[in-house]
Amino acid sequence: MSEVARLRGLTGTGELLRLAWRRDRVLVPVSVAGLVVLAVGSARATLAVYPDDAAAAGALADLVANPAVVALYGPLGSQTADALAVFKTVLMGALLTSVLAVVVVRRHTRSEEDEGRLELLGAGVVGRQAPLAAALVLAVGAVLAASALAGAGLAAVGLDPRGSLAFGVSWATAGLAGTGVAALAVQVASTTRGAGGLAFGALGAGYLLRAAGDAVPVTSAAHALGWLSPLGWAGRVEPYGADRVALLLPGVAVLVAGAVAAVAVLARRDLGGGLLPARRGPRRAGALLSGPLGLVVRLATGTVTGWVLGLLVAGAVVGSLLGSVGDLTENREVQRVLEQLGGSAGGVEDIYLATETKFAGFAAAVAGIGLVLRLAAAERSGLAEAVLATPTARGRWYGAHVAAGVVLPALLMAVLGSVVGVVGPRSSDAAPGFGPTLGAALAVLPAVWVLVAVGAVLAGSSARLAPATWGVALVAFVVGELGPTMGLPSGLVDASPFAHLSQLPGGTFAALEAAVLVALAAALVGAGAVAYRRRDVA
Amino acid sequence: MSDAITVRDLRKTFGATVALDGLDLTVAEGEVHGFLGPNGAGKSTTLRALLGLLRPDAGTTTVLGHDPWGDATALHRLLAYVPGDVVLWPTLSGGETIDLLGRLRGGMDEDRRRRLVERFDLDERKKGKAYSKGNRQKVALVAALAADVPLLVLDEPTAGLDPLMEQVFQEELDAARAAGRTVLLSSHILSEVERACDRVSIVRSGRVVDSGSLEDLRRLTRTRVRATLERAPSAAEVTGWPGVADVVLEGDHLSCAVDAAHLGDLVGELSRRGVGGLTVQPPTLEELFLARYEPDGAGAVR
Ligand SMILES: Nc1ncnc2c1ncn2[C@@H]1O[C@H](COP(=O)(O)OP(=O)(O)OP(=O)(O)O)[C@@H](O)[C@H]1O
Ligand SMILES: [Mg+2]
Repeated sequence: MSEVARLRGLTGTGELLRLAWRRDRVLVPVSVAGLVVLAVGSARATLAVYPDDAAAAGALADLVANPAVVALYGPLGSQTADALAVFKTVLMGALLTSVLAVVVVRRHTRSEEDEGRLELLGAGVVGRQAPLAAALVLAVGAVLAASALAGAGLAAVGLDPRGSLAFGVSWATAGLAGTGVAALAVQVASTTRGAGGLAFGALGAGYLLRAAGDAVPVTSAAHALGWLSPLGWAGRVEPYGADRVALLLPGVAVLVAGAVAAVAVLARRDLGGGLLPARRGPRRAGALLSGPLGLVVRLATGTVTGWVLGLLVAGAVVGSLLGSVGDLTENREVQRVLEQLGGSAGGVEDIYLATETKFAGFAAAVAGIGLVLRLAAAERSGLAEAVLATPTARGRWYGAHVAAGVVLPALLMAVLGSVVGVVGPRSSDAAPGFGPTLGAALAVLPAVWVLVAVGAVLAGSSARLAPATWGVALVAFVVGELGPTMGLPSGLVDASPFAHLSQLPGGTFAALEAAVLVALAAALVGAGAVAYRRRDVA
Repeated sequence: MSDAITVRDLRKTFGATVALDGLDLTVAEGEVHGFLGPNGAGKSTTLRALLGLLRPDAGTTTVLGHDPWGDATALHRLLAYVPGDVVLWPTLSGGETIDLLGRLRGGMDEDRRRRLVERFDLDERKKGKAYSKGNRQKVALVAALAADVPLLVLDEPTAGLDPLMEQVFQEELDAARAAGRTVLLSSHILSEVERACDRVSIVRSGRVVDSGSLEDLRRLTRTRVRATLERAPSAAEVTGWPGVADVVLEGDHLSCAVDAAHLGDLVGELSRRGVGGLTVQPPTLEELFLARYEPDGAGAVR
């Protein structure tokens, strides 16, 4: 390819970038601000409890030594109050930054192509690589903004400046690598959903790889697994400790490699196609495709399979780490920190399981919301028009999506609870039994259903409003789970359905609160049904 | 013959956009009714309101005895619809999509389905994502035409079809008419409308501006007359004759437009002035419609 042709491939990048920024001028700044608040807010709250290293020492000593905690949150940088202040947000924030990068890249490349808008642009004076380039510039900008602002914010509230720089590097490493992964994923897969599956699957695999690597001592061979994952690098920057800022380089390397590979794939494939060839389908429909629910189930089969596999693996990891939680002595300070993170009742194993279960519950809510929001996606694409012009009543079409969104999280939590319930007792004598473990997993469902119901009422009211559900869900989870450690006022925390869950296993099941959550979910679903029957759908 | 569709004073606005502004429409049972108008005139909006997908702001609508908004499910058992923008499920094959829509509709005629797939030369095993525009259209057409229903609502059904397939569609439309089915056909293809439709309604800016058979519309459109006269009248004089407009007089050459009702009068006047040459040109199909599509409605005599 000559230099001129290479440049021509990028023609119009500036125009597209402006267009992309216009579309994302709410999404990107709000997400970046949310990430910064997450880091700075929880650091401030922690410093309020542990103002100096001496005060933090007790809490730190056994915490770092515990493989299960390190597997969840990544390594602790040092035995300082600063390191404790960011302990929970280094890796979680790095993961969320990567997610933001994937969302931004996918929105402006494969989604646009799926909806045929790129074809319109591609026929104009826009180079072949321009949409990809514009998406990458925007994503890198978002990642760098979040990283830099979070680092600066931490330094501003009094944390060590060098460590705060390393904190920013940690997020940037993960975010830039995520951008590179997304660049390739959107070129390889031929649909928006497929690209999401590849990219988010890679992030999930990266998280599990580093969890496995971080759970074992540095001397163990398995520790090296963590070096295979960008999230592993993010954790091993160890801000306020080793401060390994050079780990930014492999992050940049993944970004460059992903972009180069993406351009290579782009040069070889057709617009609208991918690398993976489209297969042919059957001539006639099977028995499943006979009604709205069957259709929804059929279209969701791939997604559901992916989620079930993901929670099977997660359950096995959580269950097998139970043994190492027991190594943690009955230290009061440790207990106090863990209580803040999640459960507050029972032994260390119970608290650990309660925390993990709620994280899994959030994942299950994401899965359920994804299905419910397909009601709105079908409306935007015009497929709802085709279905609703048949004798299919609106209530049944709405109900099919809600049913799928309600049942999938229940299935996923049952899978998780069962796997942990089987694996846990094998790895630790102190692990709760199968019944309590499964029960604990199912007990988060009322809160999950409230979030799914928010998706239902928004999708029922307006296809355009529906994506706001993601924001509501994220805020509800962060406020409910991390709010207490971030020092948010209890009135705000109580607004999250996650704040009203029983502490299980170990505590008692608060039937009344669960019933109230379920009733709230039912009311939201009902309101959505009424709205959906009364408005234009086209 | 009773009416399959009656619409009275239908109104619909989207924010500040007035899409339907007091639209009236009548479609008799068993007729193929053409629905025409410029882009954005409100055709698709009308069809969606007839299906109960949109809630009208005002007006009354009856389709096969049902109120589409209140009674959509019962009505939908009686009709099949091809939307203006055909979208297919990307992961379902064409055959699966046809079967699915058929089952949602409560069954279809298997023989007809087989025949239609063959006639439209459709590859049923391709996935929705892989179909070309014309082939997507064929999937929707097969699904609609195979349905055993008394009413077909088709929104630009031949967009993207090649001439061969357009021909097949025309024949299927004839078959539907012969079977006594009612068809409401929105279209921009004038030859298609001329060949297939018993009556047409022309919509502009959310109102029906003309409705009738093509013969009726022809009669309402001015014929162009050119004459060479031995004793030329003044232009003002010609303009004064009943039904005459658009007068151009150059020496003894006269060119003017006249509505059908006054053509005889005009020819009488001209012959009195000694006609050296005369051409009378009835409106072409394009003129017929263009006259009604234009915003000021010039050329249409009401
Ligand atoms: N969902 C909607 N939201 C906002 N405006 C709409 C919507 N649907 C239609 N309109 C507007 O209503 C008007 C009528 O549109 P409609 O689609 O009915 O036109 P049409 O006659 O089918 O045109 P075409 O020949 O281009 O298909 C247009 O101005 C259009 O922009
Ligand atoms: Mg239209």
